[in-house]
Amino acid sequence: MAINYNIPEYDVLRDPQRCIACRVCERQCANEVHSFDPDSGTMKSDESKCVNCHRCVALCPTHALKIVKNPDTFRLNAYWGQNDISEIYRQAETGGMLLSSMGNPKPYPIYWDKILINASQVTNPSIDPLREPMETRTFLGKKPGAIERNPDGSIKTDSLPPQLKLEVPILFSAMSYGSISYNAHQSLARAAQELGTYYNTGEGGLHEDFYKYGPNTIVQVASGRFGVHHDYLEAGAAIEIKIGQGAKPGIGGHLTGAKITDAVSRTRMIPKGTDAISPAPHHDIYSIEDLRQLVYSLKEATEYKKPIIVKIAAVHNVAAIASGIARSGADIIAIDGFRGGTGAAPTRIRDNVGIPIELALAAVDERLRQEQIRSNVSLIVAGGIRNSADVVKAIALGADAVYIATPALIALGCHLCRTCQIGKCNWGIATQRPDLVKRLNPDIGYKRLMNLVSAWQHEIMEMMGGMGINSIEAMRGNRLMLRGVGLNEKELEILGIKHAGE
Amino acid sequence: MQNEGEIRIPSGCAITGVISKSGERFSGETAIRSIEPMHDRSNGLGGGFAAYGIYPQNRDLYAFHVFYDSARAKEECEQVLQTSFDVTVAEKIPTRKMPQITDEPAIWRYFCLPYEKLLQSTGLDEREFVSRFVVKINTQIRGAYVFSSGKNMGVFKAVGFPEDVGRYYRLEDYEGYCWTAHGRYPTNTPGWWGGAHPFNLLDYTVVHNGEISSYDANRRFIEMFGYRCTLLTDTEVITYIIDYLNRRQGMSLEETADVIAAPFWSEIDAMDEADRKKFTYLRNVYSSMLITGPFSILLGFTGGMMALNDRLKLRSMVVGEKGDRVYVASEECAIRTVAPELDRLWSPRGGEPVIIQVNEGVRI
Repeated sequence: MAINYNIPEYDVLRDPQRCIACRVCERQCANEVHSFDPDSGTMKSDESKCVNCHRCVALCPTHALKIVKNPDTFRLNAYWGQNDISEIYRQAETGGMLLSSMGNPKPYPIYWDKILINASQVTNPSIDPLREPMETRTFLGKKPGAIERNPDGSIKTDSLPPQLKLEVPILFSAMSYGSISYNAHQSLARAAQELGTYYNTGEGGLHEDFYKYGPNTIVQVASGRFGVHHDYLEAGAAIEIKIGQGAKPGIGGHLTGAKITDAVSRTRMIPKGTDAISPAPHHDIYSIEDLRQLVYSLKEATEYKKPIIVKIAAVHNVAAIASGIARSGADIIAIDGFRGGTGAAPTRIRDNVGIPIELALAAVDERLRQEQIRSNVSLIVAGGIRNSADVVKAIALGADAVYIATPALIALGCHLCRTCQIGKCNWGIATQRPDLVKRLNPDIGYKRLMNLVSAWQHEIMEMMGGMGINSIEAMRGNRLMLRGVGLNEKELEILGIKHAGE
Repeated sequence: MQNEGEIRIPSGCAITGVISKSGERFSGETAIRSIEPMHDRSNGLGGGFAAYGIYPQNRDLYAFHVFYDSARAKEECEQVLQTSFDVTVAEKIPTRKMPQITDEPAIWRYFCLPYEKLLQSTGLDEREFVSRFVVKINTQIRGAYVFSSGKNMGVFKAVGFPEDVGRYYRLEDYEGYCWTAHGRYPTNTPGWWGGAHPFNLLDYTVVHNGEISSYDANRRFIEMFGYRCTLLTDTEVITYIIDYLNRRQGMSLEETADVIAAPFWSEIDAMDEADRKKFTYLRNVYSSMLITGPFSILLGFTGGMMALNDRLKLRSMVVGEKGDRVYVASEECAIRTVAPELDRLWSPRGGEPVIIQVNEGVRI
């Protein structure tokens, strides 16, 4: 047998005093880390298979398990890290591209954490959200440049381009059925409906059971065009053209045949068991004028009743690209930063391509204002929003709303083990294995999602009230409410904010 | 220390205004006496007045009031002015030397009209042409500042307490049918006269008490439409928003108030269908012009005045009526000083505009 050069990343610590050999961990671990040794009557571990998803830890009735970083190391080297060496071993062994999941985990700057929020003192009062109305409702879509009047002089209100009404400026970002489970999709759809916001089908079509959530659904049209047909387009409240994804700008997608079950096959309209491969570009969009044609094709197909979202990854010239999209007829632009998650991406791409969403957002918002076309489109930002403070900062930088996906999955139990690509998600999220899918109870899942978004909404309202702002729209683009800490002149210039103390 | 326009300076204030609905003209003494008892609401760092109907002999000409910091600025500004405008009168604005008012710039007044042919060649309407011209002078000529640019009206302002500013400008010698006044309490000490209020564009003037929390959202939005917020004050951005909605979008003053001090969604959702549609439309389309945080403003315009509080009424403002006169002020004392016996006195609700116009048919 060939030598395995790698060392396990994690160590499974089992307290023999606590372990009662009930074998729960064994049954719960799809990666087959745990096993029962009938000879000794004790549990054993193969930590080389452990992805540190914490399923066994959470379910162990006697709290006998701990997963810790394996203290075993290669010879320490300030340049050649353990990861660098391990990855070379893996590639030397397999000859393949490295695959990863979820967002870029590398220690690049986190601009959210270098931005601070203002509050009122003396010269104007803060507003108490427990006593006064505090409004988080917003509308996404193109705004007309001038009012029109009816013959009686009243303002014409029915000529408004289609809008999405959000009770809270947070939407669930695209995750396809196939990459995540039926139960995960159902949880998202029900939560969006209850919260007065939207979830996004991703590129895998819409399961027939979920058409009833259509008024709270954004249907996606991606380069693979999986599951796209007339009823699908009609079902959603808005249609999103996916050009790119923050986790893997410039490339398409790959859902392995193992995840193409009967139901996924039917929803995606592809044969069961075949790999679902989305091309890198849309093969009918090689240029901005082609995008315009697709935007209008979709508008024609749905009689101009639904806003069209164009989603792009945050890349270097994102501002110029957004400017082109704002003139393409699109109603909403979604920008996905490099921390955005994925069900599978080449590791090198996930970790090295794209730019931080904070900088992309600031650049796009400012550029659209300079070109006087900011009202042509609404801006949704995605890719690494972690909490309500990130939402407040994003909106004050200029976003109309944010997409969240990773926090939604975490709310459903995801532990960010970043191995979605293997399809053995022990939490029933990123898997199609029926025995695993049933572990996620959508009746509980949708409530956890509602709790999360409601909690964030309350925190947003508190922060707004502190600033003396009682409508989310008065915070949008209100960059004077932000200050940078530890940022250089160039970073401040791009973010369009002053340094703390200024 | 940074000057106005280089840094945003919050300030507290006193405002007062009085209008005669019959268009009867009365002297500026009334406005001076009205603002005087609110002395403690200002701190001597800015005061000013707007007066409507004061130039009946030149009622069809634009009256530009200009501050000059230097002879060079005056020369440069006049040169630019003369290439675009037919200037009928150019004169110093009369002032009275007073120990309380110091560091005065040169203060000039021009009655003029844009050259007809030039105006036609730009394809702009006259008011748009004039407003762009004023923005150009104020942003491009260093040391020159046009602080009043309407017809048959004028702004008078300075660094000092408002009652002193009024006497400095000899406002008792002017007669108008509508006056507004402002005393300022800025939270640092810029010594620049242009930073005093009222703020003016064409015949719109705004005096304002408050500190709006939506400032930068409003500023960054309105700047898309060619406005340049050079003073970084609330009053400036509010004036531009009103100019944009009322003049450029053709909205009524009520509709303008419905945008900047919009009702809460909870109120809108409870309205009948027609109103709900209208208010939802206005809040959706013009959401970036919603103004939050405390404000009470008095908007002066040809033929009228509008008073408006923020939607939570975070600043005091009262309205009084006596005969054909209507008074609006931060405090009741400002009204009682000039009209001790009132027919009616009330506090308008937050977000509820009070619009007073000169009676129809009155020549103003």
